[in-house]
Amino acid sequence: MNDSLNLLIGLAMGLNLLALGTSRLPVLIRAVGAQGVLLGLVPLVLEAHELDWRLVLITLATVAGKGFLIPGLLHRAMRTANIARELEPYIAYIPSLLLGAGATIAAVSLARHLPLLPEHAGTLHVPGAIALILTGFILLIGRTKAISQVCGYLILENGIYLAGLLLIRSTPILVEFGILLDVTVGIFVIGIIVDRIQRAFDSLDTRKLTALHE
Amino acid sequence: MSAIMDILLRLLAWLVLAPLVPGVINKVKAWVACRQGPPVLQLYYDLARLWRKGVVVSTLASPGFVIAPAVAWVAVVGAALLLPLAGAGTPVSFDGDVLLLIYLLALARFCTAWGAMETGSAFEGMGAAREVSYAVLAEVGIITAVLTLVVQSGSISLSSMFAPLPGPSAALLAVGLFIILLAENCRVPFDDPNTHLELTMIHEVMVLDHSGPPLAMILHGASIKLMLFAALLAQTVLPLAELPLAASVAVLALAVLLTAVAVGLVESLTARLAFRRVPLLLTIGFLFCLFPLLLTWMGDI
Repeated sequence: MNDSLNLLIGLAMGLNLLALGTSRLPVLIRAVGAQGVLLGLVPLVLEAHELDWRLVLITLATVAGKGFLIPGLLHRAMRTANIARELEPYIAYIPSLLLGAGATIAAVSLARHLPLLPEHAGTLHVPGAIALILTGFILLIGRTKAISQVCGYLILENGIYLAGLLLIRSTPILVEFGILLDVTVGIFVIGIIVDRIQRAFDSLDTRKLTALHE
Repeated sequence: MSAIMDILLRLLAWLVLAPLVPGVINKVKAWVACRQGPPVLQLYYDLARLWRKGVVVSTLASPGFVIAPAVAWVAVVGAALLLPLAGAGTPVSFDGDVLLLIYLLALARFCTAWGAMETGSAFEGMGAAREVSYAVLAEVGIITAVLTLVVQSGSISLSSMFAPLPGPSAALLAVGLFIILLAENCRVPFDDPNTHLELTMIHEVMVLDHSGPPLAMILHGASIKLMLFAALLAQTVLPLAELPLAASVAVLALAVLLTAVAVGLVESLTARLAFRRVPLLLTIGFLFCLFPLLLTWMGDI
């Protein structure tokens, strides 16, 4: 179980670095989607010994929401707002890649010093969650375009979801599910807002949204 | 006596087999493009032809123009002799010889850049500057990969260094070393070995003014370096020492061949990177080598 869990989370951490290093918005959205699919499968691996239909249903819904619905909405927003790629991030791609790698390393070494339960100690679960949250922060801070900031927020949310799975025995996964619904609605709204921003300002550069106009 | 025979045999193998690798790459590229392509032995013909030609030397050049390629060639061959093959060890081995390997490769590069500067052409100086500035980034990657092997095997001697890595580390390191192989040998995403008329070329600029035997030495040295990196990549990933000798030699040869085919496929299927994005890919290669190092360092996370 630990091997497949580590593989899933390790791949998700690799996608973090892809998200930080790419300069193309479609690649970024696809990376976030693939990360959602991988993390959606985590509860299935965690609870592999007592599989029931509710768990499978929840997994399917998480994978569909995180992996297909949200990226689909983002793709749509990207198309309607007519942007294909990103220019001029605040933090350039190589520094953000190195920051992400540093964050990953820091997360792993930090998790080794945390007082974890024995069943979480040997896996990438906790380091993965911390690394995802930090990567989300880096993307949120370092990008200027609205959609890539949304992607940063989604990676942050993925990290919180992964951390929430640590409590899978004491918190019903339904809570996570409610959060996922909120996020989906949020992305839907953002998709509409992005289109409006594009029409009003001819750009999605958030640096231009700092001053008030009539 | 047998040690000397061993060295001579290896030397012969490296010298004779190395020009096959670029031939295979070119054949794969031709095959993907549905062309006939040059024969696999084309580089041998080229080398024989170049060896018979005279040398044109710039009036500005010192004897270093001819010496530098020779030194570079000897350095690359020396590095190749240091590399153990197929779990059979190497006749020239001592503690810390991996550093000598890295430094010999660096010396070879220094000499190529030196030879390029000797021509007094601004264009070649530019090529040397580009080559060296990217080499810095590639070298970080290869040193990290070597560190991974050192930490994994607990030994700083090449002959006992290639202990098998656990699955994920081996996969990451293979990708990282493959990216570094492409960069170090000036293959396509970084540099196009077939063009001689581009402003974005890196390595080809440096050899533009060489002719005759020095050019032959540069080309032959490049093919040995390519084979050296392919053999290094194969031995890093595959547990060759556990197989019987004949099988392990066969697996190594097959792995080198597969690496050549992979390089050919990459060259046919990708375009050269925009110049300013080369450091990004090299950083990615470095990270691919860094994470196996962390994995081995921390044990099972």
